[in-house]
Amino acid sequence: MNPSKGEGLWLRLVPAVVFIILVVPTACGLLGVFLPAFGYFPALGGSEFTLQHWRLLLEAPGLFRSVILTIWIGLASTVLSLATVVLLFAQFHDTRVFWLVRRTLSPLLSIPHVAIAIGLALVIAPSGLLFRFVAQFLPDLDVPPDLLIVHDRMGLSLIGALVLKEAPFLFLMSLAALPQINPTQSLATARTIGYTPTIAWIKVVLPRLYRQIRLPVLAVLAYSLSVVDAALIVGPTTPPPLGVAVFKWMSEPELRDRFIAAAGAVLVLCITLFGTTLWIGLERLLILLGRRWLELGSRKQGAKAISIAAYAVGILLLTFILLSAGAILLWAFAGNWPYPNVAPDFLTAATWNTNSRQFLWPLFNALIIGGAASLLALAFTVSLLERDVHRRTNTQDWMRNLLYVPLIVPQIAFLPGMQILLIALHLDSNIYSVIAAHLVFVLPYVYLSLSDPWAHFDDRYRQTAMAMGATPRRALFRVRLPMLLAALLTAAAVGFAVSVGQYLPTLLVGAGRVPTVTTEAVALASGGDRRLVAVLAMLQSLLPLGAFLVAVFVPLIVFRNRRGVRTT
Amino acid sequence: MNVSPRTEESGLLIRDLRIAIGGKTLFNLSLSIRPGEIITIMGPSGTGKSALLACVSGLLPPVFSAEGEVWLGSRRIDELPAHLRKTGLLFQDDLLFPHLSVAGNLKFSIDERMGRAERNVTVESALATAGLSGFGGRDPATLSGGQRARVSLLRVLLSEPRALLLDEPFSKLDPELRDQFRQYVFNEARLRMLPVLMVTHDPADHRAAGGQLIKIGTANE
Amino acid sequence: MHRLVPCIIAFILQLSPAVSQETSPRLGDWADVLARARGQTVYWNAWAGEQAINRYIAWAAQEVSKRYGIKVEHVKLSDTSEAVAKIITEKAAGRDKGGSVDLIWINGPNFASLKDKGLLFGPWVDKLPNYRFADVIGKPVITRDFTLPTEGFESPWDIAQLVFYYDRSRTPAPPRTTEALLQYAKTHPGRITYPDVQNFLGATFLKQVLIELVEDRSVLQEPPLDADFARLTAPLWAFLDELHPVAWRSGKAFPANSAELRQLLADREIDIAFSFNPSEASLAIARGELPASVSSYVLDGGTIANANFLAIPYNASSKEGAMVVADFLLSPQAQARKQDPSVWGGLTVLSLSKLSSDDRRLFETPNTATVVRPVTEAESALPEPHARWMTRIIQAWLQRYASK
Repeated sequence: MNPSKGEGLWLRLVPAVVFIILVVPTACGLLGVFLPAFGYFPALGGSEFTLQHWRLLLEAPGLFRSVILTIWIGLASTVLSLATVVLLFAQFHDTRVFWLVRRTLSPLLSIPHVAIAIGLALVIAPSGLLFRFVAQFLPDLDVPPDLLIVHDRMGLSLIGALVLKEAPFLFLMSLAALPQINPTQSLATARTIGYTPTIAWIKVVLPRLYRQIRLPVLAVLAYSLSVVDAALIVGPTTPPPLGVAVFKWMSEPELRDRFIAAAGAVLVLCITLFGTTLWIGLERLLILLGRRWLELGSRKQGAKAISIAAYAVGILLLTFILLSAGAILLWAFAGNWPYPNVAPDFLTAATWNTNSRQFLWPLFNALIIGGAASLLALAFTVSLLERDVHRRTNTQDWMRNLLYVPLIVPQIAFLPGMQILLIALHLDSNIYSVIAAHLVFVLPYVYLSLSDPWAHFDDRYRQTAMAMGATPRRALFRVRLPMLLAALLTAAAVGFAVSVGQYLPTLLVGAGRVPTVTTEAVALASGGDRRLVAVLAMLQSLLPLGAFLVAVFVPLIVFRNRRGVRTT
Repeated sequence: MNVSPRTEESGLLIRDLRIAIGGKTLFNLSLSIRPGEIITIMGPSGTGKSALLACVSGLLPPVFSAEGEVWLGSRRIDELPAHLRKTGLLFQDDLLFPHLSVAGNLKFSIDERMGRAERNVTVESALATAGLSGFGGRDPATLSGGQRARVSLLRVLLSEPRALLLDEPFSKLDPELRDQFRQYVFNEARLRMLPVLMVTHDPADHRAAGGQLIKIGTANE
Repeated sequence: MHRLVPCIIAFILQLSPAVSQETSPRLGDWADVLARARGQTVYWNAWAGEQAINRYIAWAAQEVSKRYGIKVEHVKLSDTSEAVAKIITEKAAGRDKGGSVDLIWINGPNFASLKDKGLLFGPWVDKLPNYRFADVIGKPVITRDFTLPTEGFESPWDIAQLVFYYDRSRTPAPPRTTEALLQYAKTHPGRITYPDVQNFLGATFLKQVLIELVEDRSVLQEPPLDADFARLTAPLWAFLDELHPVAWRSGKAFPANSAELRQLLADREIDIAFSFNPSEASLAIARGELPASVSSYVLDGGTIANANFLAIPYNASSKEGAMVVADFLLSPQAQARKQDPSVWGGLTVLSLSKLSSDDRRLFETPNTATVVRPVTEAESALPEPHARWMTRIIQAWLQRYASK
């Protein structure tokens, strides 16, 4: 017996198309980096394999320190982000505070890396908000202290910016994963045998939760190991982390530097592999140590310390995110605002008025690219998921792993190769290519965001519809999609936010001709007009925020007379 | 439990149906349901009762495999996609589409070729027969349990099924409502001469239906 | 497989439009250039770190669109080398036509590099109608870019000079030589800095120090010889070795560019700032970014001056449009507006004596609005060293200070 055939051509092709979208650019980009790294790239004048560029790379000033810095920043920010999430969950799960944290962190997730870094710099710099507050009580601080805080050589402010962004990300990924492991029952069991809620959570829920969020954690690690945009704004400069160094070599006017950049990109990839291996090693070690701790059976020990730490990181995280957002808002409307005043002398829209030409076009570009990329990603995602329904096979596992490819392979490691290919094919510097490049990074997030609500959809609605004679297409468009409107819009908003945040793909594929608020913000952030930078950072945050508001309110309005539809 | 196959002009015929999961056979079944006849399937959970209905309606989940033939009248339907089988399906939940109004739910199941005005008339008169006149514009979520159950039956009937498959359709209703709705469903089915295949674990359902009772999953375990 | 893959890549990379159309403009006939330029889009790649200049570029774009029907897109760069890299990559990828850069704001090593590789279109500058007003005699910087003759491959549009500024209310007696600057830093630790050397202004500061410290300035007009480089630059490194421990952030970090330097002065983090724009301070005062008590000055021994140029890459898509834009920027109207201290304050490249009396009057904007007098004394202008000096000094600086 062979029930439903009738699968359309598109549904049959869609996995191949998605595979091409996700893997081919990455693979071609990597090839376009590996070959020149070893000297072979006829178009750039390299026709034989050589290790000379590696020698030049290794002799580059500050390379060793760059490498050490990169690993340090990557590991430290990932550990801190993860620790923050664990502390918040352990202490506050099932409490009202948790509900509050959840409500506040969700919208903050939409603030892009670049805006976070800009905002943080406005807060912690020696002339930033924090020191202005302190200066009100310390007359000695009438000039800003001579402290290297932003761009500090240890990368601490960069680590801070990364944690501010990645901790909320991991927090939300954990929230999404939690229902799958059904923690309530095991928690209750642990509680009845005398564990405090905190220790019970760590011992009973965390090990299983971690398995669920492992790939997002590795994505965070890979991102932190190769970060460019935020590092340009607050990262160390002499020497910079390796990703930034590669980026700088790419824009050097000497062809030779292109080969060094390629070798550097391969080194970034190696470091990412090394960092990931190190991380997996750490996981093993922790599992070993953790098992002994688990078996010790201590029920309350450490609960107090965890509790204090949880409150501390929770408050720090919220304070810094809110201060950063506040600083951006104030500077965007600030008139004269000399140090050490904590507030501008007056507020004005002058920055917006005099510079409107400078941000309207990038704003429009960001809107178009983000809109197109997220809607395309949504179409692909729905096709993939519908295909699973139709085929009644589960491709989800391999698809999920495949989707992480563009998230785990560092952008700086394959985009240089992709850029040269695109130039050779005359496909660079137009908005369509930028949209296609964004799709590579948007699609995974849209898929990950939609697949859970999709899976939780009660399939009997579809069965009912089809038993009443509705074609699969009608069941999809008239029943499933409308009922999933809120989830669809949320997924699209996630995709939009990811797209708006993209720096390297926009810059490299667009060849500077397709500026967005993000590329403009980074270009101006290192020393541009602080007010204009704040305006750009604000716009950059408002775009995704607007998308999330649409995702929240449109279903509420559309279904205002339909109480039975889930609108969250 | 072998029933000798008979061909009935518009009945439901299941011939040598074998449903398996992971290579393990759940049951073998042959049966024939005449128009207006109600056959009850009972058995413990996990024996594949629901899989039987899903298989007949063409909606068998991928973990199962099935062999055999299903005939509806003179048409063999087991090779057809679900939406062409004309097997109305009623679950224990009403499964009214929450994003559509009551009338919207009913219109969804009406043949798309029917004209707009005719549709409205059909929906209104269907509501009237169920004592739900004027409920067309309502949000299904505002209806009582009994009203929702009736709408969901109307919706199935408006799709003009040639057989009715009931998956514990009364188990979630209050006891007093249950008898009432059960009679309503059976009457409608008999009135329309539909063969009915009902899966349940409530003996009262079978008592009300009369007809043949088939127990699966008990003998071979 | 290992042989196949490179072949495929090589094949892809060799792809380039097989049909090459004749797009080189007939230079002799300006009317023809104008006609071809109409409707073109000119991607003008220009450093975008200064809002006043960005706004000027936006104004120019508007004017050119109105007058000649040319659309100008300002491709904003944080460093000119980005655009140079783009042109070189396009050359490498075989895109000899239809390049993505039409017009590039350039000078110094970037110009030398592109010209050396034959990646510039030209010579075309003497075909521009407005070039006849250029002050090629009185302002030699507009014909020699970092000692390299421009030979008509780049059109001057602005003259810049290194100008220092400070807050009178906080620093009554600013240092008037680089040597005095070092002494000031020693008595005021943490209050002096200079931009990152990979930034144009940062490198210029190093050259300014070098010029003041070197015994024979004429050696700087020739490319540095390997044998002499260490000896000639030794005083510079000695100077920096002394400066860094007492500099802002102890010389461990440097502001990215002139805008960040200005911001540091505004935030009172440092006492002395400098810029290549003579009107930088007055513009910032007008915007409310600097207090009105800021003044600017030129060092006693003079400071480096150079010209800003416009070049057209060999593979530019809209060469005619780019030429018309360059010509417009040389026009008395555009030059006068640029020199207006409330707009930009960039010094003109034109010879006022060559202008008609009406045009000359455009430059006579009353100076009452400005707090800072633009510096115009020609005698205070020091010539740029040869472009190779800049690259060598940056490399040596990175070798000495970036790896520690």
